[in-house]
Amino acid sequence: MTSPFRVLFVDDEEELVSAVTERLELRGIDAAGCLSGRAALAKLAAEHFDFVVLDVKMPGLGGLDVIRMINENYPDVKVTLLTGHSSVEDAEAGLRLGAVAYPQIPVDLDALLEILRNAAGQA
Amino acid sequence: MVLATATVALLPLFITSVLNHLQYRRAIRTEAVQPISRITFNTKRSIELCLAERRSTLNFIVNDRSFEELCSRNALARAIANMNRSMTVGAFVDLGIVDSNGDQLCYSSPYQLEGRNYADQDWFREVARRGTYTSDVFLGFRNVPHFVIASRHDHPNGGFSILRATIDAEMLSEQLLAAGLESTDDVFLVNRQGILQTPSRRYGAVLTPIPLAVPPYAPGAEVTETHDDLGRAVFVGSASIDNSPFILMLIKPTAQAMGRWLSLRNELVGFTALSAAPILAVILWGSGQFVNSMREASRRRAALMHHMEYSNKLASLGRLAAGVAHEINNPLAIINEKAGLARDLVSLEKDFPRREKFLDLIDSILRSVERCKTITHRLLGFARHMDVRNEPIDLGSLLREVLGFLEKEAEYRNLELTLEVDPALPTIVSDRGQLQQVFLNILNNAFAAVKDGGRIEIRAGMSGAQHVRIAIADNGIGIPPEHLPRIFEPFFTTKEGVGTGLGLSITYGIVKKLGGGIEVASTVGVATQLTVVLPIGQEVRK
Repeated sequence: MTSPFRVLFVDDEEELVSAVTERLELRGIDAAGCLSGRAALAKLAAEHFDFVVLDVKMPGLGGLDVIRMINENYPDVKVTLLTGHSSVEDAEAGLRLGAVAYPQIPVDLDALLEILRNAAGQA
Repeated sequence: MVLATATVALLPLFITSVLNHLQYRRAIRTEAVQPISRITFNTKRSIELCLAERRSTLNFIVNDRSFEELCSRNALARAIANMNRSMTVGAFVDLGIVDSNGDQLCYSSPYQLEGRNYADQDWFREVARRGTYTSDVFLGFRNVPHFVIASRHDHPNGGFSILRATIDAEMLSEQLLAAGLESTDDVFLVNRQGILQTPSRRYGAVLTPIPLAVPPYAPGAEVTETHDDLGRAVFVGSASIDNSPFILMLIKPTAQAMGRWLSLRNELVGFTALSAAPILAVILWGSGQFVNSMREASRRRAALMHHMEYSNKLASLGRLAAGVAHEINNPLAIINEKAGLARDLVSLEKDFPRREKFLDLIDSILRSVERCKTITHRLLGFARHMDVRNEPIDLGSLLREVLGFLEKEAEYRNLELTLEVDPALPTIVSDRGQLQQVFLNILNNAFAAVKDGGRIEIRAGMSGAQHVRIAIADNGIGIPPEHLPRIFEPFFTTKEGVGTGLGLSITYGIVKKLGGGIEVASTVGVATQLTVVLPIGQEVRK
């Protein structure tokens, strides 16, 4: 089964990253994980991803910084922002920067997948 | 405080009044005393003249004839008759001649008193020493008050004789009557022991003691003030009658003498009272106002302090709650995903041992995570910085919209929902979404409080010119008084196991954010009313 799209999941919680990527894989989605913004940018430089799912709050490069860089360097990559503490400001900033959606964590995986599928369908 | 102000304000008035009072009284007293003094003096003079006249008459008799001539009884009797002919009152009653040994040589009256010796009597010694004598008044043989005057006549060959005359005391009374007194006045003579020598109108009959102090000897007329035996204030004019034991006393009640003063005093007191009354009234009123406004100010300050304390408490609780929620959120996400992964794996494995049991367990974990998620999201919502998106809002339609969410439940539970909106209510400028949240939260609580078939009333109207007021009342279980102060605190709940205890605290936070206020009133078992007051906002469109 070929994956409809490739997803890069970026969060500083390793346990979360591993579980989410494994679950996406189980659903036939080609997924990879990164533990920091910097690692994610490096990964993007090496491989192509359709979606990046970004935690807003991470040590080092934050989610919003990473979006800016993705917009600059990989304009065709769609970004979904995970808003950890319901910050409307963060979510709005993310939206302005072109994020597809900003679900709050803990996020239901199937809901996230739905968001991604919809975004992929529109593309 | 009131007392001090009143004292300071009224003291000058009272001092002035008292000084005026004293000055007027002194002036009027002087005016009252002068006539008393004058009459006393004049009466003293006339009595002295009268006595002197009697003495001259006696001297004339003695000088006119020798004692031998006089000592024929007829001669004395004739002399009395002659003297009395010229007098209407105060007639001579008898005459006697006493020699230097005190023996009465002859006597005018029918009483046989010749040969009587007076040598050891006071009057004899007095007249022998001083040449003249006037006795106290006494009751004579005929039970008529009279007194004695006597004078000494020295013989050329040494030795002397004394002519002694008894005079009807009526003479003295007659002289006093001539003083021309008012009916309330009293004038009489007393001796130095205070025994009445003439009858008094008020203080008793002749020869009874007066109930007043005996004035000391004074050559002129003295006026003093005292109180008599009846407690009346009186002026006492007094003067000693020269060459006699008599003291003239003129009694004039102060009330009469100072009549003018009394009416003036009443005017003064009235004037003072009239002046003091408005001052006192203004002070009392002013202090009352002052005290009330102080009390009101301190009550407001206390309320404000309480309010600030409460707000601070809510804010720090909010921060704490948000911190806790945020920290829990990440591990919760991991649990969520790990459990999700476990479910994925189990559900993919068709012949996983006890597969159903595992799926149940995992679902249970996921449901618990869901519950935790609800709590953390609410906590974060409570604390988060809310952006207020202001837009014109028609409160009536907003409330109907919110009620729309609840219609099904109301129908199902047979609840009576009423909405009354003042038609004059203006469009307000506020945040639609947040207001929906506020009313939804309050209505949810109201729904939880009422039994099936209960009633919930919503009334929206103006509150002053700048605010609208939305009251949501239910006839549910009510809130116990001890819970009332805490219902806006996060985690405070009475719906154990059902509620998060965040609904009303979030509501409170939102309303504050929107510049409004929220209040609760409740009677257990009867009713609860939450009142939300919101500012109309700047862009008022009527």
